[in-house]
Amino acid sequence: MLLAVLSGFLLAAVAPWLVPRLGAHAGRVLALLPVGLFLWFASLLPAVGGGETLLWEYAWVPGLDVQLGFLVDGLSLLFALLISGIGALVTLYAGSYLAGHRDLARFFVWLLAFMASMLGLVLSDGLIALFVFWELTSITSFLLIGFAHEDKTARQAALQGLFVTVGGGLALLAGFVLLALAAGGWSLSAVLDAGDAVREHAHYAVIAWLIFLGAFTKSAQVPFHFWLPNAMAAPTPVSAYLHSATMVKAGVYLLARFQPALGGTDLWVFTLTLVGAATLFTGALLALRSSGMKRMLAYSTVMALGTLTLLAGIGGETAAIAFVAFLLAHSLYKGALFLIAGVIDHETGCREVPEMGGFGRAMPVSFAVAVLAALSAAGVMPLFGFIAKELLFESALGLAAWQPVVLTLTLAGLVGGVAVAAVVGLRPWIGRPVTTPREPHEAPLDLLAGPALLALLGLLFGLLPGLAERGLLAAAAGAVHGQAVTPNLALWHGLNLPLAMSALTLVAGLLVAWRWDGIRKMLVGLGFVERFGAERGYDAGMLGLVRVAAWQTRLLQNGHLRYYILTTLSATALLLVYALVTRHAVIPPWSSSGVRLYEVVIGAVVLMAALVAVTTRSRLGAVASLGAAGFGVALIYVLFSAPDVGITQVLIETLTVLMLVLVLFRLPSFLGLTPGRIKLRDASISLTIGGLMSWLLLDAVAAHHQGSISRYFVENAVPAGHGQNIVNVILVDFRALDTLGEIVVLGLAAIGVYAMIKLRAEDRRRRGKEEPR
Amino acid sequence: MRKQSVILRTAAHVLLPLLLLFSAFLLLRGHNAPGGGFIAGLVASAALALYLFSLGIASARHALGVDPRRLIGAGLVIAIGSALPAAFFGDAFFTGRWLTLDWFPSGPLKLGTPLLFDLGVYLVVIGSVMTIVLTLAEAEERPDAPSNEGD
Repeated sequence: MLLAVLSGFLLAAVAPWLVPRLGAHAGRVLALLPVGLFLWFASLLPAVGGGETLLWEYAWVPGLDVQLGFLVDGLSLLFALLISGIGALVTLYAGSYLAGHRDLARFFVWLLAFMASMLGLVLSDGLIALFVFWELTSITSFLLIGFAHEDKTARQAALQGLFVTVGGGLALLAGFVLLALAAGGWSLSAVLDAGDAVREHAHYAVIAWLIFLGAFTKSAQVPFHFWLPNAMAAPTPVSAYLHSATMVKAGVYLLARFQPALGGTDLWVFTLTLVGAATLFTGALLALRSSGMKRMLAYSTVMALGTLTLLAGIGGETAAIAFVAFLLAHSLYKGALFLIAGVIDHETGCREVPEMGGFGRAMPVSFAVAVLAALSAAGVMPLFGFIAKELLFESALGLAAWQPVVLTLTLAGLVGGVAVAAVVGLRPWIGRPVTTPREPHEAPLDLLAGPALLALLGLLFGLLPGLAERGLLAAAAGAVHGQAVTPNLALWHGLNLPLAMSALTLVAGLLVAWRWDGIRKMLVGLGFVERFGAERGYDAGMLGLVRVAAWQTRLLQNGHLRYYILTTLSATALLLVYALVTRHAVIPPWSSSGVRLYEVVIGAVVLMAALVAVTTRSRLGAVASLGAAGFGVALIYVLFSAPDVGITQVLIETLTVLMLVLVLFRLPSFLGLTPGRIKLRDASISLTIGGLMSWLLLDAVAAHHQGSISRYFVENAVPAGHGQNIVNVILVDFRALDTLGEIVVLGLAAIGVYAMIKLRAEDRRRRGKEEPR
Repeated sequence: MRKQSVILRTAAHVLLPLLLLFSAFLLLRGHNAPGGGFIAGLVASAALALYLFSLGIASARHALGVDPRRLIGAGLVIAIGSALPAAFFGDAFFTGRWLTLDWFPSGPLKLGTPLLFDLGVYLVVIGSVMTIVLTLAEAEERPDAPSNEGD
C-alpha cells in the first residue's frame, strides 16, 4: 500500500531522466504505472464491495508514536480508481498532446507527483498525513497551472489558485487539530467512531467552519469559485485531470468523508445546502456567460461541485447514493469533454465556441464521443448522468428546510447545465464549416482513447447500473452515509416528480442553447461580475496585503540601525512591563548586609564608565569607556566564581574595541546634531530598559523557582559529561544543541557583515563604471 | 593601515605562535578547567587581530592560511558531525560518546565527541571573527571603498 501511494513520487523522480530517452513513447510508457495502480486497486474491489474496510498501518515516527495509516473503504476506493484510471488516460493523452514540448519531462514529473499526492489524500487515515497530501496537491496544482511560466496570465492564475487553496488549507489544519482534540484521536477511524462526541463538543461550530473553509476553497464553492476558471491556463490534460475529475473533488471528498461524524446538524445542513445550491446556480450562469470552451466547462465544473456540496449537506441514504453516482458520472463525462476540448484546440486551433462549427465532418469520432459525453452531462436517458440527475432531484425533494430556495436554484442551475452541455456537445460539430487556424482533421488514437473510453463507460453504467452499484457504489454510498445502504440504481423509476423535473430541465435547457448567442450577449452586458465579483474581492485583498507588507516593512525595516534598536528595546520593555505587572513581581526589600567594599567599587566604576560613554564628545573616549564598563562586569563574573564567563567577557570586550577601532576611522567627525527631545527619548528608553532588567533580575533571584536544574548539572557533570568544568560541559554536552544554534548564528552574522561591506562596495564600483560621475 | 612600530611588529612575530599555542591549550583543558572552544577561539582571533594590526592584512591572511569563511563552514560541519556518532548507537542526537585510552602512564586519556564539538565551535569563532575583522580592515584600506556619503 505504501508503495502504491509512493510509486508516483518515485517515478516522478526518475522521469526527467526517463522521458527524453523514451521520446514519443513517453506518455504510453509512463501511463503503465497508473494502469498498474488501477488494476491493483481494482483487485481490492471484491473485498471492499462486500462492505469491508481495509486498514494498513506503518510505523512512521515510532519514538513519537506517529503512525502512517491508509484506509480503504468504498469512498476512498472509488476515488483511488478514478485517480489512477483517469490518470492513466490523461498521461497517455498528454504524451501525444504535448509531444515535442521542451518541458515535457517537467510536465510528467508534476503530473505523476500530483497523482501520488491525490492518492495519498484520499487513502490517508491520519489527519496530519491527509493534510500534508492536501497541501501537496495544492502545490503540484500550482506548478501545473503555471506550466507555461513565460505567460503572465498563467503565472497569475497559478498564484491565485495557490493562495486560495493554501489559505483554505491553513484553516483546514486548524480544523483538524480541533477535531482531533474533540474526537480524542488523530485518525479518520477515530474521528468517525467519535461522531456524537464531536457533534456535542463545545467547539463543534468552529471545527465545522474551519473544515468548510478548507473544502470550499479547494472545491471552488462560492465565494471562492473564481480561481477554478482561471486555472484553465494549465494545459488541457491538467484541466481535465486536476480541475475537473480529481483535485477539485478533494473538498467534497472531505465533506463526504466527515459527513457521518460531523453531518446532520442544522449548521451542517443549512450551510452546505445553501452554499452548494448557490454555487450550482452561479456556476451555470457564469458558464453561459463565457465563450471559451474550457472556461465554459470550468464553470460547469463549479456547478457540479456545488451539486456535490449540496448532496453532502442534505445527508441521508438517498443523498449519499446520489453523491457517489453524481461523482462518478461527472468525472466520466467532464473528463471526456475537457479532453475533447483539447482535441479541438489541438486539431483545429480553435478555443472560442462561437468561432467553431462544422468540425463533425472532418472529425466524426470526436463528434460521436462529444455527443455521448454531452448527453450524459445533460442527463439524458439512457446515460449514467440521467440516473445521477434523477437521484439529485429525489434528494433535493427530501430536504426539510429551505426546500423551495434550494429546489429553485437547483432547477435553474440544471437548465443552464443542460444548455452548456448542448452548446459544447453540438455547436462545434454541426452547421457550416468555418475557417480555422488549422485544417480540421481527426485526432490520433492516443488523444481519442481517453475521452472515448470515459464516454463509453458513461453509457455502460447507464445501461447496466447494477454493474457499478454492486462493484463499488453501494460501498461508497455506505461510507458517506455511515451505514450500509442498498441503492437499487435503475434507469426507469416510473412516472414521478423527478422524471418530470428532469424533462423540464431538458426542454428549457435546449431552448436556452438554441438562443445561446443572444442570452450570452445579454449576460455579458449586465457586467455585474466585473464590478461585484468575488475575484474583485481577491484582487483587493491581495493589493491590501502588499500595502500592509510595504507599510510594516517601512516601519520595522527602515534601514536605520538606531530605529531597529529603538523598536526592539521598546517592544522588550512593553513585554517586560506586562509580564512583571501581571505576575505581581515585587522588588525585594533592600539589604546591605554581605555587600563587600570591592563590589561597591566595581559597581561604581561600571556606572561611571557608562555615564562617560553617553556624555563624552569623543568617539574614542566612548569606545574606551564602554570597554571599561565591560571589564568591570567581567570582574564581577570572576568574583562570583564564573571564570569562564569572565574570560569570555574580557575577550569579547577586547575584540569589540578592536572592531570599533576599525570602523571608527570611517565615521565623520563627531557632530552634536541630535536635538534635545530625541536625546530625552533615548535616555528615557534606556533608563526604562535598565530599570526593568534590574527588576526582572531581582524578582528572579528572590523567587528561586528552579533551584533544581543547577544541582542536576553539578551532580552529573563528572559522571555523565566526563568534565569538571560545569560551564563547558553544559555548553558542549548537556546543551550542545543550543550551542550549535549559537555558532550557526555567529557564522551567519559574519557572512552578513561580509556581504554588507564587500557586496555593497562591488555594487558601487559596478555602478560607477556604468555611469561615470 | 599605517606601518606600526618596530617593537610591535617584532613582538607580533613572537606572540602569534605563543598565543595560538595558548588557545590550543585552552581548547583542550576546557572540559576540566576554565577554557573551552569559545574562549580559545576568541584568544586565537585576538592573536590574529594583533598580527593584522601590526603587520598588515596580507601578512595576516598569509598567517591564517585559509579563507576565514571556510573555517566557518568547516567548523559547522565538524560540530554537526560530532552529533552524528550517537545516531549509529541508537542514542538521541548529540548524546556524547567517549573513548577511553589507557596508553599513558599519567592516566587514562578520554576522547569524546564533545571535544570534537568544541573544536567545531573553536573554528567557527575564529572564522567568524576573522571574517568580520578582515572585511572591515580591507574596506578601510581599499581606496575605492564606500565613503560615508549621505547616510
